[in-house]
Amino acid sequence: MTTNPVIAPSSDRTLSRRGFLMKLGILFNGLAAMVVAVPIVRFLLSSVSRGQAKGYLSWVPLGDVTNFPQGQTRMATFRNPLVMPTDGKTVDTACWVRRISGDQFQVFAINCAHLGCPVRWFPQSGLFMCPCHGGAYYRDGSRASGPPERGLFQYPHKIENGVLTIDAGQLPTPGDPVAKLTSEKLPCA
Amino acid sequence: MRVIKKIGEWFDHRLQLAAPIREAAGHPVPRNTASWFYVFGSAALTVFLLQLVTGILLALIYVPSAGEAWNSLQALNHQVALGWFIRAMHGWGSNFMVAIVLIHMVQVFLFGAYKFPRELTWIIGVLLLLMTLGMAFSGQVLRFDQDAYWGLGIGASIASRVPILGPLIVKLMLGGPIIAGATLSRFFALHVFVIPGLLIGFVSLHVLMVLKLGINEWPMPGRIVKRATYEAEYHALTSKDGEPFVPYAIWKDMFFAAFIILAVAACAYYLGPFGPTGQPDPTIIQTAPKPDYFFLWLYALLSLLPPSLETPFLLIGPVLVIVGLLLLPFLSGEGEKSWKRRPIAVITVLLIAITLGTFTRMAQFTPWSPHMSAWSGDPVPDRYIHGTTALERQGALVFQVKQCRNCHSIGDSGGQRGPALDSVAVRLTQDQLIRQVIQGGGNMPAYGNNLSPAETTALVAFLETLHPATQNPARNAARDVVVSESKPKPATQP
Repeated sequence: MTTNPVIAPSSDRTLSRRGFLMKLGILFNGLAAMVVAVPIVRFLLSSVSRGQAKGYLSWVPLGDVTNFPQGQTRMATFRNPLVMPTDGKTVDTACWVRRISGDQFQVFAINCAHLGCPVRWFPQSGLFMCPCHGGAYYRDGSRASGPPERGLFQYPHKIENGVLTIDAGQLPTPGDPVAKLTSEKLPCA
Repeated sequence: MRVIKKIGEWFDHRLQLAAPIREAAGHPVPRNTASWFYVFGSAALTVFLLQLVTGILLALIYVPSAGEAWNSLQALNHQVALGWFIRAMHGWGSNFMVAIVLIHMVQVFLFGAYKFPRELTWIIGVLLLLMTLGMAFSGQVLRFDQDAYWGLGIGASIASRVPILGPLIVKLMLGGPIIAGATLSRFFALHVFVIPGLLIGFVSLHVLMVLKLGINEWPMPGRIVKRATYEAEYHALTSKDGEPFVPYAIWKDMFFAAFIILAVAACAYYLGPFGPTGQPDPTIIQTAPKPDYFFLWLYALLSLLPPSLETPFLLIGPVLVIVGLLLLPFLSGEGEKSWKRRPIAVITVLLIAITLGTFTRMAQFTPWSPHMSAWSGDPVPDRYIHGTTALERQGALVFQVKQCRNCHSIGDSGGQRGPALDSVAVRLTQDQLIRQVIQGGGNMPAYGNNLSPAETTALVAFLETLHPATQNPARNAARDVVVSESKPKPATQP
């Protein structure tokens, strides 16, 4: 007569071989998950800045200074500095260029400071008007009326070899205007 | 027949699903729940399945690329046989889906079905509502046209207002610094993989819980839910007064499901697909983007809130609503179920429905948006010019050229952003008109820098003619005295 080996009832304190292996298995899987999680999270976050100190911004040309008559505001378009192969037409962006006089310029984002709709310039009344919720801005970009809480977003600009260039590359939003405020008072014509 | 039975047995020997299915179909439901009020849940499931089918069909042609999406939609509308119909079914299906889910939710709320022990069914239902709205928004983005492009800008502008994390959220949402190819791709992934996957999982749980816990009995005024006794009472009710779900109750679900499918198909056939509107080219700015109907109320709210309240409202409001909905079954998990004894519940539903309905209605004709071409497109009506002086006519010209008309209507055409000016002369005196034109205020821009003194004089002269024939223009009596006193008095006779 053979006796079956008695299996000791495993209490909470003792660790059986199988229990240990299962815990080891969990630990091993946890390790594997972490190894895979790092590239997954970094991939997901890659849209935030691509690791560049200055983010997505860089200087892009808007055209020859002579394209912009003195005392007028005209629409200009530029190509976003970062282009992906599937972007289609979305990389072409519009902006409003106001040449005050000589080398004095203001470059406004097309996006209303309320919710980003495209504002339109009306030279006769000297106003930018937004078709969405009726925000209006004066010719210097400062808020005139309606729901926006601030003036139009402005791109920093400079003139290089007679070409107007702006520091662009990111959609300006109320929480992240990218460029400076339009609060500084410019001579309003 | 015997062969079919044999094949069936062969499969069931391996799957072992026949018994649980038979049990689920035959589970007893309270008699009075076989009601037309109880068909909205199954109708939502039906439309969801319809959306899955039409969505897969659209994916056969649609290209989720910012450069190609719009063209592929055009191909669906015009080139592919019945592509327009499948697009229309999917678009109308989404409208029906949102509407039915909301009706289902109202019914469940008013019938007290969220109370013990169905709290988790309600919570998962709230998550399903949020996912449905997520599908609606992401679906609108996939219809990659002008509305989608600028709608994303609106979404980004709202998201950016979150303190500290705002800019990060915007870039995660857009997949980069601007609205571009990566944006569409990630909304495609959300709309086609992530949210539908979650929906299938949560819908399964939702239905499973309805089967396990039983359908909510018809609420009787005075029949109070108590945690200690409810389940025994429900069991007694279904065993005493219950009928098998199939076929006793299901026939109404089936009829309504078929009716809804036919309604979606009829809308699709007669009213056609939605868009696409203009190409998603950011340099074409002659557009007035508008959301689909289920977000129109938000569009209205955003233009009617005072600017300073907007951000707190946008950021805190949704959190309060969602937390409130999730906590509801815990705050009132017991007690009266019948709407006849829950006046506050009924008033709440009515208030929300009326508010959302009013905002939606207003957003259909957007009185707050300037009419961008009114100044050049809507002429001053003849009767306002007839018999006027040269100065007043010049003023009418100034009125048009300076785009006053974009925000102010006269003769029932023009913008409604500002007040209609047909009788402005009755409301404001000459001095008040001049002040208003030059200094603005009350949500009107100041025109002082853009009107010469001559233009202002002419404009005000025209505005002073705008009063009904039966009403005199407003005048400042004190001013009359000043004017008359400054005139040389006629010499008095000695």
